Amino acid sequence: MPMNYEQATAAYEPTLGLEVHVELNTKSKMFCSCATEFGAEPNTQTCPVCLGLPGSLPVVNAMAIESTILIGLALNCSIAPFSRFARKNYFYPDMPKNFQTSQYDEPICVDGYLDVEIETDEGPKTFRVDIERVHMEEDTGKSLHVGGSTGRIHGAEYSLLDYNRAGIPLVEIVTRIVPGTGKYAPLVARAYVTELRDILRSLGVSDVKMEQGSLRCDVNLSLAPIGSDKLGTRSETKNVNSLRSVERAVSGEFVRQANRLESGERIVQETRHFLEESGETRPGRSKETAEDYRYFPEPDLVPVTPDADWIEELRKSLPEKPSLRRKRLQEEWNVPAKEMESMVNAELLDVVEETVKLGADATRARSWWLGEVSRLANEKEVAPTTLINANQVAEVIALIVTGELTDKLARQVVEGVINGEGTPREVIDKRGLKVVSDDSALMIAIEAAIAAQPDTAERVRGGNLPAAGALIGAVMKATGGQADAAKVRELLLKHLGQS
Amino acid sequence: MTNIHSTAAQMSAALAAKEISSVELTQQHLDRISAVDGDVHAFLYVDTEGALAQAKAADELRASGKEISPLTGVPLALKDVLAQKGVPTTCGSKMLEGWRPPYDSTVVTKLKEAGVVILGKTNMDEFAMGSSTENSAYGPTHNPWDLTRIPGGSGGGSAAALAAFEAPLAIGTDTGGSIRQPAAVTGTVGVKPTYGGVSRYGLVAFSSSLDQAGPCARTVLDTALLHEVIAGHDERDSTSINQLVPQVVAAAKKLDVKGMKIGVVKELSGEGYQSGVSQRFQESLDLLVEAGAEIVEVSCPNFEYALAAYYLIAPSEASSNLARFDSMRYGIRIGDDGTVGAEEVMRRTRHLGFGPEVKRRIILGTYALSSGYYDAYYGSAQKVRTLLKQDYERAFEKADVLVSPTCPTTAFKIGEKSDDPLAMYLNDVATIPVNMAGIGGMSLPCGLAPEDGLPVGFQIMSPVMQDDRLYRVGATLEAALLSKWGKPLLANAPELAVR
Amino acid sequence: MAAISRDEVAHLARLSRIEMNDAELDHLASELDLILGAVARVQEVAQGDIPPTSHAIPLHNVFRADVVKPSLTPEESLSGAPATEGPRFKVPQILGEAE
Ligand SMILES: [Mg+2]
Ligand SMILES: [Zn+2]
Repeated sequence: MPMNYEQATAAYEPTLGLEVHVELNTKSKMFCSCATEFGAEPNTQTCPVCLGLPGSLPVVNAMAIESTILIGLALNCSIAPFSRFARKNYFYPDMPKNFQTSQYDEPICVDGYLDVEIETDEGPKTFRVDIERVHMEEDTGKSLHVGGSTGRIHGAEYSLLDYNRAGIPLVEIVTRIVPGTGKYAPLVARAYVTELRDILRSLGVSDVKMEQGSLRCDVNLSLAPIGSDKLGTRSETKNVNSLRSVERAVSGEFVRQANRLESGERIVQETRHFLEESGETRPGRSKETAEDYRYFPEPDLVPVTPDADWIEELRKSLPEKPSLRRKRLQEEWNVPAKEMESMVNAELLDVVEETVKLGADATRARSWWLGEVSRLANEKEVAPTTLINANQVAEVIALIVTGELTDKLARQVVEGVINGEGTPREVIDKRGLKVVSDDSALMIAIEAAIAAQPDTAERVRGGNLPAAGALIGAVMKATGGQADAAKVRELLLKHLGQS
Repeated sequence: MTNIHSTAAQMSAALAAKEISSVELTQQHLDRISAVDGDVHAFLYVDTEGALAQAKAADELRASGKEISPLTGVPLALKDVLAQKGVPTTCGSKMLEGWRPPYDSTVVTKLKEAGVVILGKTNMDEFAMGSSTENSAYGPTHNPWDLTRIPGGSGGGSAAALAAFEAPLAIGTDTGGSIRQPAAVTGTVGVKPTYGGVSRYGLVAFSSSLDQAGPCARTVLDTALLHEVIAGHDERDSTSINQLVPQVVAAAKKLDVKGMKIGVVKELSGEGYQSGVSQRFQESLDLLVEAGAEIVEVSCPNFEYALAAYYLIAPSEASSNLARFDSMRYGIRIGDDGTVGAEEVMRRTRHLGFGPEVKRRIILGTYALSSGYYDAYYGSAQKVRTLLKQDYERAFEKADVLVSPTCPTTAFKIGEKSDDPLAMYLNDVATIPVNMAGIGGMSLPCGLAPEDGLPVGFQIMSPVMQDDRLYRVGATLEAALLSKWGKPLLANAPELAVR
Repeated sequence: MAAISRDEVAHLARLSRIEMNDAELDHLASELDLILGAVARVQEVAQGDIPPTSHAIPLHNVFRADVVKPSLTPEESLSGAPATEGPRFKVPQILGEAE
């Protein structure tokens, strides 16, 4: 009977380590002036440098250096006064020069940390994740495997290469091992990547789109029996392409390793690949016979020695830390922690803030994004922000506030916008959804209601305000529900001398 | 009237005086190439059409009255290690057979901008690894002084083209002596500029931290004219020096060394140096004293380790630089029979595509960079490099330039040393320290060795970015020798059979 | 004693993706042995805390502005390829895994 997660965490202590690769969103590549546009036609963003043509030479993109220093500062790192690129030599067809220009023993940022908070059985708890290094390198090209039975790399008949991605700047952020996470290892891993992603987004240095590969996470995990002071053999799980997958990769690997150890097998030091469908990992290349990368200082590039003024300038430009920003917004908006958390988890904090900045009140902005928009997004299995933008939601909310739309009508407007029927205004016009707010039109309906129920009207005139409900109901019915009830009430009471 | 035996400066004057057109001058050289290159084999590719088109353009440019370079319309032979757009660039290797680069090296761009006419690509040791041009995959080049002898290497093709009057100007590249040693054994002039003085962009890398392109010609002034065309800062080469180019043409016209201190390097003489080489070197020193220079002896005690350090650093960098020749993106592909994967095809291609010397150095370099050997070999070699720089710094405190014979012997017989790599490596004992320290070096002919009647080279070395001193001393010595001999040294070379 | 064994040469050949037959391995092992014997001399003087020199000319902070310039055309990029399919380089099947 294999162990489940609970049994595994009761018997083994995990040691976690995370390597995150971030594609920077510079306009041009790391070492050449080719564009970095995602999704361009194959091999249209290639030149002698990023194709590794004989004779070509790299020149470092200043913006990539600046972005990397910003990341280092945001992660509380020291910025090295002297750093250097090195060549990491190994053969792979994706990699035009058959070496990766990377940083090795002289990275640009070292010794930082990131505090992450998770919910535990005993309440919120903060884990400090130490950052060993932040360094720069270049991405590889992309291969397409053609033929063969599985469509996977094994059994392909041949491969096709597109080097558009080759040379896009990558920043690699490597943690030290995170000890003592116990059964919370998956949550700590997820919280770390989430916080890191939020920081990178707030710095504006990357698109941080895990689904497009601009943020990629490798999970290193090893287990040791609880109480033992030995470190286990680690596996390195690659291809973890969503926050949820980070959590699942850790828990899946936890269970797999625990079961192997339990049945007396040893853990192989290897690269494993995360399988999105099953949440399991499958073995990749064994690292038992470690590649010898023959690192040496890149002779085609010169050292990077950022001066202190530049670093201080960059430090001053650092934006508010996302975790602090969340605390501030929670206070400003006066929302419970749980609500804040659901906004963060749904990745809607930015768009809600943007909506609020456009004039919407926080409560309405939050409830529209988390409620109706999220519901529709769920149905379509896409991110809410891909359906509708902050401007459109803010406009709908403004129309509710001015009484031009009721909540019910607003839902139809939002649905129309999402269905591609145009802007909120256009949807209102096309669907004829406008609230009857024209006073004279409403007054006709109000007078008709009073004429139909004279006794009720008399009671209202005498100060029995609750009695007005029946008259309002009649007006609403007469206008087919398109009137704004509050407006009807206001006009009715005024007409009956009660306001 | 100008002819192929004229200097480039004379050709330039004749072009300016409209005594001859560039098309006529170019045709004379193309005719000479077809007449003698069957025996010399200086060229791997003659770009007849391209050269005549460039010559025509140069004539038109001159006719337009626009400001032009002194070398506009003068023909040149280009070492096949520099990328020229659309023109075969093989580096003397089978690996690149048929490759036509889609871009120009910066040297070629500058030549084209100056209106210099590129006749074709010259033979060389494969990927510039060698001292005899015997390592070319396309057969050896023969020394015009004696067709059974080597023309030096790796730039034997460029030097032989000059000595055979197939071109008045040539481009070489010098990693450990590949411009200067061929110049010495063919009775021509060659300069390795300060590292970073001429852009390496488009120079197919052998050893990135040592490679430097430079001018070759039959006189010091011609060399200086070409130097000023190709030198200067290039933003595409990170190791390019962002300073004004030394005034080398003015220096070559100065013909005055009064008060200059000329340091004779004690370690670059004596055992291993052919007696006729030492004799001609001594006589040249006497001429410099007569011209008003002061001779001082300097000691560079670490030079005896230079060769060993070079044969670690150069192969190490080469092992990485040549990794890109893997048959995936350009060059030949061997053994892709549909049954094996990319890695096996790489292995097969590199087995047959590289010659023995290249493979020897790749394996040596791979070894020197391997973990476990790095510190003892590559690391130690880099420390020796520091010591060599320090030797030069101390020596340049005592002398304005340093001098030595360019190589220990005159040209040896083709095949004589091909089975003994260590003996072959000794050819570069006097030229290598210059590359290791990044300083400038020149070789000019200083006579024929009495015992074999073959040319002897005189080497001048100058501090970083003081390349003008090479020309000042070189031109003065050249003038003194010329007045002693009554005719240029090359006038003593045997007539080549015209076919 | 030999500084380098035939097996070591075979390992280096594997690392550098060069196929070599037995005769070549034997020949190269003996040559490398001689060469390594000669170059090992560097260790005689490279003792202590001598700083290593990787660049003879000490430059630093050479950067370019983050500006896009035209790439090659896809035809130019693919022009030297031994094989292509559509706009991509065609290569034998890739076995093993990327980094
Ligand atoms: Mg990496
Ligand atoms: Zn590019």
